[in-house]
Amino acid sequence: MVHLKKGALALTAALLMSTSAYAQDKRVLNYYADFDPIPLAAFEALITDFETANPEVDVVLQNFDHEGYKTAIRNFLTTDSPDLANWYAGNRMAPFVNAGQFQDVSDVWEANGLSDALASAKASMTIEGKQYGVPYTYYQWGIYFNKDAYKAAGIEVPGPEGVNWDTFVANCEKFKAANIDCLTTGTKALWPGAGIFDYMSLRTNGYEWHMDLTAGKIAWTDQKVRDVFAQWAKVQPYITANHAALEWEDAAALMVQGKAANYVMGNFAVGNFKQGGMTNDNLGFMVFPEITPGLPRAEEAPTDTIHIPSGAKNVDDAKLFLAFVADAAVQTKLNAALSQLPTNKNSTVPADDPFLVAGFESLSSAYALAQFFDRDAPAEMAKAGMEGFQEFMVKPENLDAILERLESVRAKAYE
Amino acid sequence: MSTYWKANQRRLAPWLFLAPGMAMFAIYVIIPIFQSMWISFYDWDGLGDAVWIGTANYVELVDDPEFYTSFKNNLIWLFLYLLAVPAGLLIAIFLNQNVRGIRLYKSLFFFPFVISQVVVGLIFTWFYAPGFGPIYLLTEWIFGQGTAILADDRYVTYGIIAAGLWPQIAYVMILYLTGLNNVAPDQVEAARLDGAKGWRMLWYVILPQLRPATFIAVVVTVIGALRSFDLVSIMTAGGPYGSSRVLSYYMYEQALSEYGYRMGYGAAIAVVLFGIMMVFISGFIWKMWRDETER
Repeated sequence: MVHLKKGALALTAALLMSTSAYAQDKRVLNYYADFDPIPLAAFEALITDFETANPEVDVVLQNFDHEGYKTAIRNFLTTDSPDLANWYAGNRMAPFVNAGQFQDVSDVWEANGLSDALASAKASMTIEGKQYGVPYTYYQWGIYFNKDAYKAAGIEVPGPEGVNWDTFVANCEKFKAANIDCLTTGTKALWPGAGIFDYMSLRTNGYEWHMDLTAGKIAWTDQKVRDVFAQWAKVQPYITANHAALEWEDAAALMVQGKAANYVMGNFAVGNFKQGGMTNDNLGFMVFPEITPGLPRAEEAPTDTIHIPSGAKNVDDAKLFLAFVADAAVQTKLNAALSQLPTNKNSTVPADDPFLVAGFESLSSAYALAQFFDRDAPAEMAKAGMEGFQEFMVKPENLDAILERLESVRAKAYE
Repeated sequence: MSTYWKANQRRLAPWLFLAPGMAMFAIYVIIPIFQSMWISFYDWDGLGDAVWIGTANYVELVDDPEFYTSFKNNLIWLFLYLLAVPAGLLIAIFLNQNVRGIRLYKSLFFFPFVISQVVVGLIFTWFYAPGFGPIYLLTEWIFGQGTAILADDRYVTYGIIAAGLWPQIAYVMILYLTGLNNVAPDQVEAARLDGAKGWRMLWYVILPQLRPATFIAVVVTVIGALRSFDLVSIMTAGGPYGSSRVLSYYMYEQALSEYGYRMGYGAAIAVVLFGIMMVFISGFIWKMWRDETER
């Protein structure tokens, strides 16, 4: 209901804005997006800046509810296409690129030197040597923890560089004794479990192996896959029971209440932790522990992007907008408002946010960046995989059946 | 023209009146059925070109464990949902009396059917919620360890069906209440003079007169069970790990959800579901037709 209301409001606003635009005879740039309230405010500020810099262009933002957008985009791209549309990097944009729904914007990258400025995100925006959009933000994943829970269990509080895997597992036993969930998650929506798997995989076998796995080049029945799950099994007994019935926000509440200590999550969760009453004093962040010694440390950094649909009517101004969004100063301001990390390497992050500073540190020193399981793997594999991860965390004894099922999905999903 | 119209006016008029309804029914029901069957022979992601793959979708369906899980859950739904019929009858008989304020009690019992299924789903999700849900706390109090029904693949389907039964019983109850209003008082009186009471009265005198209501109650319950989608979607989204899926939800997941867009495969599931429904629907239609012609 809330979304409906919001949609109606946005629609009226869009209608009002577009009529005023015609009155002033400006060039209209239609932009469809799926922002939550905080990003929406940040983007409205960005659009105002863009319109000040380009007074002859009027950006008409049509905001969709987040979940509804994923369905809506398939309809509006083929019927009534906007000039700009939000989407995600990696394999998630591949179906649209392959169906010719997103325009090649390599010239924007060329003309603005983005290959250098956005180097860290370039690979995930590139399909067959061409770029199909511009990234404006990403965020780090890692372990967020409750320092008070560590103190309550009598465990030394880790620093941002984290602990090693054996210490982490040993800590879990102490948390168990103190009746605190060592690791919490809420897998009702499936994806939070994939975050844990990605890190298990990246830390056990490394980035290249993980990318080969999500690209379908490695069998799920491979011994190295079993190695990943063998490490995971060490912490499985300490994961919040009943996580399959919890939303990720419910699990965040458990950590806020001190009933759980660690949470493998993305930086967007900081807002939830702080709303629940945690502060910079008792909320901690560390990188996921090293499992196989000596592996170069790769991190998860899902990237949000803007694309130009093939049916766009105002392509010139759309490219102008992409170049504007890619700019270092613009990304600095935008991401400060989003509390996320800019993709432009010449941007800066606010020094008073320890989580952004730690994230920037973690990502800029990382060997490589993965997108996320459901963005690196194709949709069918992602769905089956995430269900398998959830099942493993509930019933680790089903591992053989899970891996065989995933292997049979792999045979179909990568045709 | 006008002479033809005058000669055939009586014959044409009904068709003219039926035309808008028939056109709508054809456009929104009949044609899509055949379109779905057609799509089920293609591999199509909804964006690119559709590729003809013959019966490959159906072959895959036969080997798909998820399909059997969904199918099994549909059967559980079908059998347990039918409990709404006797339960509704029981409440209707209980409420079919003249005491002060009975209208209020009737409307209170009818209340769950007025609430949106989405709200029913949310309420029951909270009942089952680990940590604070009353049913979770109850199991914790009885067994010492709480059971999160929606996180356990053994109980999850039953938990959702219980939520579905709540409004469905109310619906059946209202059908029976109207039926009970039409029970002939003279027959009840005659039966009473002959010494019938209790179960014998119910079984031999009341129930036969409620046959039309029973028929409708069974029809709406069977169809309600087969098209169950909203509660599954709201309460578990098919989880944990797909163990509470039903065919309609699996079809949605494959064809339209975030990780789906296999339109052909989704259409194949839809065709199978349609086949199952047709068994029941044609049975019902046959019975109605027989009843009407016998009369």
